[in-house]
Amino acid sequence: MQGFYTLFYKEILRFWKVSFQTVAAPVLTAVLYLLIFSHVLEAHVEAYPGVRYTAFLIPGLAMMSMLQNAFANTSSSLIQSKLTGNIVFILLPPLSRLEFFLAYVLAAIVRGLVVGAGVLLFTSLFVLPELKHPLWVLAFALLGSGVLAVLGMIAGIWAEKFDQLAAFQNFIIVPLTFLSGVFYSIHSLPVFWLGVSHLNPVFYMIDGFRYGFFGVGDVSPWLSLSVVGSTFALLTLFTLHLLRTGYKLRH
Amino acid sequence: MSTAIRFSAVKKRFGDFEALKGIDLEVREGEFFALLGPNGAGKTTLISVLGGLTRPDSGSASVMGCDVQADYRAARRQVGIVPQELTFDPFFTVRETLVFQSGYFGLRRNDAWIDELLENLGLADKANANMRALSGGMKRRVMVAQALVHKPPVIVLDEPTAGVDVALRQTLWAFVQRLNDEGHTIVLTTHYLEEAETLCNRIAMLKQGELVALDDKVALMQSHSTRLLSLRLLPDALPAALQPLLVSERDGAYLLRLDDCKQLEPMLACVREAGVSLRDIEIVQPDLESVFLDVMGRKAG
Ligand SMILES: Nc1ncnc2c1ncn2[C@@H]1O[C@H](COP(=O)(O)OP(=O)(O)O)[C@@H](O)[C@H]1O
Ligand SMILES: [Mg+2]
Repeated sequence: MQGFYTLFYKEILRFWKVSFQTVAAPVLTAVLYLLIFSHVLEAHVEAYPGVRYTAFLIPGLAMMSMLQNAFANTSSSLIQSKLTGNIVFILLPPLSRLEFFLAYVLAAIVRGLVVGAGVLLFTSLFVLPELKHPLWVLAFALLGSGVLAVLGMIAGIWAEKFDQLAAFQNFIIVPLTFLSGVFYSIHSLPVFWLGVSHLNPVFYMIDGFRYGFFGVGDVSPWLSLSVVGSTFALLTLFTLHLLRTGYKLRH
Repeated sequence: MSTAIRFSAVKKRFGDFEALKGIDLEVREGEFFALLGPNGAGKTTLISVLGGLTRPDSGSASVMGCDVQADYRAARRQVGIVPQELTFDPFFTVRETLVFQSGYFGLRRNDAWIDELLENLGLADKANANMRALSGGMKRRVMVAQALVHKPPVIVLDEPTAGVDVALRQTLWAFVQRLNDEGHTIVLTTHYLEEAETLCNRIAMLKQGELVALDDKVALMQSHSTRLLSLRLLPDALPAALQPLLVSERDGAYLLRLDDCKQLEPMLACVREAGVSLRDIEIVQPDLESVFLDVMGRKAG
């Protein structure tokens, strides 16, 4: 337990010592998105009946920021440790695979939640979104950040150079998060893209999260919960398998 | 005395390259053991197997009776490894680095021992300095301290003095010697053979993934007690007649086997007949370096 706790705490400290880049910057980015998109679209779009576009946008932006930062935390920490070589100091001690996994993933979830809370805090200065079901909000914040934290871990273990990690991020993570209904309700999409969106687990994260605020979503929150929950479980099992075989960490 | 480290038939390939070709090796408790060999011989790979950083393709390794794979958590508590590559975490200070390292080993309150490590490694005044701000030698000292936070019974140092100033070498060896006196088993790899010769009591030599020598230091030196003749020539070409005696070349000098002083005359005659003149001549008394060159050279032929 002490080993897990130390690694977890070290991972928290790692992003907190540079919180200007790791927390403040993504919050500012999300606020800028909100200013621009709501300015352009507020008058034209009504995503759900009776919900202003700006209010609709806030949970999506908060979720997107959480996901990107949870991914960034595990992936950047691992690739930096691998490239500088200081990962040996974590591979030599008697940390179990589960301790290793949980410490990285939970620290990344914490960063996701801190960024998400920051985005909600600052954007609520413009429009206060409702908060109908706080438990759904919390559940999707945790699970969504968790899925991306695990994906970040896989990417960080797999990538051998920064540009491989950048490719993983630009060609997998960014499209998944942007094509998920952050900026629109997917029911406004053509049928083909509607179908594609339904295959994207990030869509369910954002939809379930939004349901927590407005009590309305494109699909049932239970469906979203099962999709996101099983994605998390599958990725976790896969990653623990990678750690057991020592893939790219223990040669 | 019981066994501190055991390698049984350890084999490791990297692609087509066979880095370890079946190593059997035992280090007993309390020994000061040197693992020698040229670059690429497989020393670091063997140490990585011990630390669980590398998985052997076959064979097994254990530390203090704990298998490094089946019982990896217990095995890792028994051993402290100072890796060869200089590396550090730029986010933290020296003390933070050591507190975290203790935590990874499950130790919560380790301040007294951390202070002692800082003191003994000459790091006390750097405790609150950021790792980034330290010189290479100081970073190396921190790496040694990191390997020792959990007071491991077995301590492995992989070229700890490569590129390091004389002051650190002396501080480090005094401290490691003290740990050895207190009962810790020490395994050392180094390119400075005088260091190994003064400190170690048992020696293994590795070449191209194979163990080519393993003995007590005294016995090893005796069994290779050949003197060497060191020649510098002008022009710089060894006469063909002397080629069979060549053991190695060192700093532009040819080192030739000199089993018997009677051979000296005929050898010099060879040089004269080849029309080559002597720039320098020296008889090298057997030391660990000449033993090393002899062992490495002979197996190649
Ligand atoms: N991860 C690796 N991938 C490929 N080759 C490796 C790897 N690690 C070591 N080697 C090769 O194995 C050989 C032995 O290396 P090493 O154990 O570092 O030797 P030494 O420490 O004795 O200098 C070298 O030829 C090295 O290039
Ligand atoms: Mg080496």
